[in-house]
Amino acid sequence: MSALEIKNRNELFTPEIRAEIDHEIAKYPEGESQSAAMAALRIVQDANGGWLTQESMDEVAAYLDLPPIAIYEVATFYSMYEHKPVGRNKLCVCTNISCMINNSDQIVEHLNNRLGIKFGEVTEDGRYSLKEVECLGACGGAPMMQVGRKYYENLTPERLDSILDELE
Amino acid sequence: MANEVIFKNRDLDNLWDIEQYRSRGGYEILTRILTEKTPPAEIIDGMKTSGLRGRGGAGFPTGLKWSFINRSAPGDKYLVCNSDEGEPGTFKDRDILRYNPHALVEGMLIASYVIDAHRAYNYIRGEFWEPYERFQNAIDQARAAGFVGKNILGSGFDCELNVHLGGGAYVCGEETALLESIEGKKGQPRYKPPFPAHVGLYGCPTVINNTETLASVPTILREGAERFRDIGVENSGGSKLFSISGHVKNPGVFELPMGTPFSELFELAGGMRDGSKIKAVIPGGSSSPVIPGEIMMDLTMDYDAIAKAGSMLGSGAVIVMDESTCMVKVLDRMGYFYHEESCGQCTPCREGTGWLYRIVHRIENGQGRPEDIDLLMDVQNRIRGKTICALGDAAAMPVAGMLRYYQDEFQYHIDHKKCMAGTGA
Ligand SMILES: Cc1cc2nc3c(=O)[nH]c(=O)nc-3n(C[C@H](O)[C@H](O)[C@H](O)COP(=O)(O)O)c2cc1C
Ligand code: SF4
Ligand code: FES
Repeated sequence: MSALEIKNRNELFTPEIRAEIDHEIAKYPEGESQSAAMAALRIVQDANGGWLTQESMDEVAAYLDLPPIAIYEVATFYSMYEHKPVGRNKLCVCTNISCMINNSDQIVEHLNNRLGIKFGEVTEDGRYSLKEVECLGACGGAPMMQVGRKYYENLTPERLDSILDELE
Repeated sequence: MANEVIFKNRDLDNLWDIEQYRSRGGYEILTRILTEKTPPAEIIDGMKTSGLRGRGGAGFPTGLKWSFINRSAPGDKYLVCNSDEGEPGTFKDRDILRYNPHALVEGMLIASYVIDAHRAYNYIRGEFWEPYERFQNAIDQARAAGFVGKNILGSGFDCELNVHLGGGAYVCGEETALLESIEGKKGQPRYKPPFPAHVGLYGCPTVINNTETLASVPTILREGAERFRDIGVENSGGSKLFSISGHVKNPGVFELPMGTPFSELFELAGGMRDGSKIKAVIPGGSSSPVIPGEIMMDLTMDYDAIAKAGSMLGSGAVIVMDESTCMVKVLDRMGYFYHEESCGQCTPCREGTGWLYRIVHRIENGQGRPEDIDLLMDVQNRIRGKTICALGDAAAMPVAGMLRYYQDEFQYHIDHKKCMAGTGA
């Protein structure tokens, strides 16, 4: 491992992050720290700009005393973990039934046109990326999307424009 | 509304605050149970009398489920709440977490007492960050008030309550996949038997209940099991949260007595939008077979009535579609969903959902073949009843439902390589 990689590792696993992971481990019975794997990956992903590097997954495995494969399996099974860079604002647009029949196609098209990217892509300035997601349990507000921790419901192209402008 | 259970006190501004929740009798029944040391069997009897059936989709009687736990068996027991809410069309548990989280905290503590669990987890889907914060705040408040933790209210009963956040996988709503996920693994369903009541979380006896199920418990026990039962109808006790979405004017979550006519729910949701006409209804989440609007208008919202019409009440998620809706496109999108979300463990589901999706997708895109309708029926038949978990059935059932009522649309797509007149996108 190069000196730079070691430095990155230590920067990622700050005392604050360790404390956060320890807090998660404490939720589970003694000897069941694997249960904290999902939370640990989430915490590390958030600290790393929204995606997981191989090194960060290895580090999580080492911290929880698990074989790396156990962590890779989890990190690739669940859709909220990312394995390549995402935008500072990851726009997760629901296109499932209730949203679809409420014109989510139009929302997607508007985003494609305005940002010049498709699902799975990142804008050149790194400000936005676009992701198609399944029903987010907010069908009463269809069409809708999630950005970061927040839901945006009852979207229209106009509303979308003002939301995009507000997202740094 | 007089018969509300979950949304009863929604008129209070900050019902999520413990002071507000307690101002209408919140935590009274938990306190009574713990100080009087009510025999668990008595509580189970009450739950049986109430007629409460699991609100997660399968409708299994809650009292009966709790009775399967052998309290005197050595070792730990667990209570797990299912707030994974991923069935397309369903958005009621999110509102419970946001607006009445203490009802869930209290219900989880009572259930834990009944089965002698000293640890309980609420599995909340990872996307529900704001609802999670509300719920976590409720736990923290309950702990500060002495309802969570060691020796609750001096009763000698200990119970820790924690949240486990999901990571984005519909299949984790299936109860054994959910347990795997709490254990920090891929969410792949387990073979049953053994059932979770015997071998559940960390190999210990476990009860898994839906958010709405558990949040109903305090009111049922406080106001009386008979009272709850009588709100509903035979075989469907109590009230139920209905998530209604699609082409209605005022989509939302409504709590109504079981057995309420669909037409009433429909009216509460404002009827159709922009003077459009109703075409079809998915009555219980995307896994439940579609029912034409005119049949739906004569049905009541309870387990038996919807089952008799060939569908399922499921999670109470009602998706209303107007006349412009293309059924091929709807089934295409569903097919994509189930194929994406199949965990891949069993061949009939992994391969079958792929087949279903590819066939419907080519019909939708004007490349359907004359044999495709028979092929669809054949493939869905080969999935049903042949898989480890019910996701396979959930993917297959809507196909048969669509073909039962809307085969002509599929045929038209195949013959003319486009939509039938009147059905747009
Ligand atoms: C694919 C699949 C997804 C499911 N998703 C959910 C869900 O999101 N929420 C839920 O409560 N139950 C869900 N269930 C049902 C659960 O397996 C289980 O029956 C339920 O949580 C039990 O609680 P109840 O008896 O209170 O309904 C799902 C089942 C399957 C097969
Ligand atoms: S039915 Fe599908 S989702 Fe369920 S275990 Fe089998 S492959 Fe996995
Ligand atoms: S279909 Fe989009 S939130 Fe449910």
